[in-house]
Amino acid sequence: MMTNTGNRLTQGQFSFLPPLTDDQISKQIAYALDKGWSIGIEYTDDPHPRNTYWEMFGNPMFDLKDPAGILMEINACRKTFPHHYIRVTAFDATRGWETPRMSYIVNRPEKEPGFRLNRQEVDGRTIRYSVESYATTRPEGERYP
Amino acid sequence: MNAPVPPPASVDLQAILHDAQIPDVLDQLDRELVGLAPVKRRIREIAAFLVVSRARRSLGLESAAPSLHMSFTGNPGTGKTTVALRMAEILHRLGYARKGHVVSVTRDDLVGQYIGHTAPKTREVLKKAMGGVLFIDEAYYLYRPENERDYGQEAIEILLQVMENHRDDLVVILAGYRDRMGTFFQSNPGMSSRIAHHIDFPDYSTDELLAIADQMAGQMNYRFDGASRAAMRDYVALRVAQPHFANARSIRNALDRARLRQANRIFESAMAGGGTSSPEALTLIGDQDIRASRVFEHGARDSDG
Repeated sequence: MMTNTGNRLTQGQFSFLPPLTDDQISKQIAYALDKGWSIGIEYTDDPHPRNTYWEMFGNPMFDLKDPAGILMEINACRKTFPHHYIRVTAFDATRGWETPRMSYIVNRPEKEPGFRLNRQEVDGRTIRYSVESYATTRPEGERYP
Repeated sequence: MNAPVPPPASVDLQAILHDAQIPDVLDQLDRELVGLAPVKRRIREIAAFLVVSRARRSLGLESAAPSLHMSFTGNPGTGKTTVALRMAEILHRLGYARKGHVVSVTRDDLVGQYIGHTAPKTREVLKKAMGGVLFIDEAYYLYRPENERDYGQEAIEILLQVMENHRDDLVVILAGYRDRMGTFFQSNPGMSSRIAHHIDFPDYSTDELLAIADQMAGQMNYRFDGASRAAMRDYVALRVAQPHFANARSIRNALDRARLRQANRIFESAMAGGGTSSPEALTLIGDQDIRASRVFEHGARDSDG
């Protein structure tokens, strides 16, 4: 957001670090697989922080043993959506958790224009704030050339 | 960046063998699998090759991972699946398969029903097999020359691509009958050239089949006596000549039916007031249990009897 010097989207784990290499991604996936979490790959081109539900790329992967298979799928997704945000989510189905335990971005557009802060004056001097990605002014699929 | 570490001056082969417990696996293979001398020899060779190439790699003499895809050809029941499981263990211990699990599939798991169905299905299977061994049973069904629009070809292409690009993630083993696999490789030269090891599984001899029967019975806590072993020998000699003979699998089926007849015999004698049964009687497969088989009927021609 505004205070983010690199002008990068910071959502999920590792988002303040330099982009993960494939090796590092493999190790994170191996950790999740060891814990028995199932891994899904999701993509979007709407980076608004309240946009929680991204599109799934293929089915969630339940019974894989090795990170190489998931890395193969990540690369397939990168090839299909080179200019989208892609994240890897590890879902823990254990009773009581039933929630994503890991989530990190593995692909992002080269140029991220960031967010505009909208101020709306209502009821006298009251101000309502909202944020809006500059990218989302363009239609879906054309946001990151 | 760090300066590259100079390779060590020498490498301890003994240590590699010891760490990976390769002698244990090979001994177990020798012990548990009857016969199959040429197969065992090839597996020894492959294991030796892997140990040496690991040693070479630690000296910096070798960079690329060796191609390890294999084809197992032989008649049904000659132990192809069992050997594949052992192979996966050897590869795992030597670090050529990270997880060492075996994913066993046939045409149905790879080839889809309609256009666009095959690729995701094959990729799904490949993803599951990553880090282990993909065992494709009756692989020749993938290629159906009589139907040029068959989706099997698509599965083969994806398979070839992954076999080439993910050589260090996945080992593919194709299995099937000898002659039909030959035709399959002839019509898919790309597949044949990517497979480094062709291993042929010979049929078992009568003596080997008897040894297998002994071993199987022992594992289930049964035993033969002199008369029943002779009966088993006669049975094997007759069964081999009959159609649909599936080597060790037929022996297993025969044993299962002999167990059924043995249980029935003991049950009948108990119903007739036979009283208690000793452990000796409960573990013994008698010659009448084997000789009651349909195989001994004159002119019996239909399948496993």
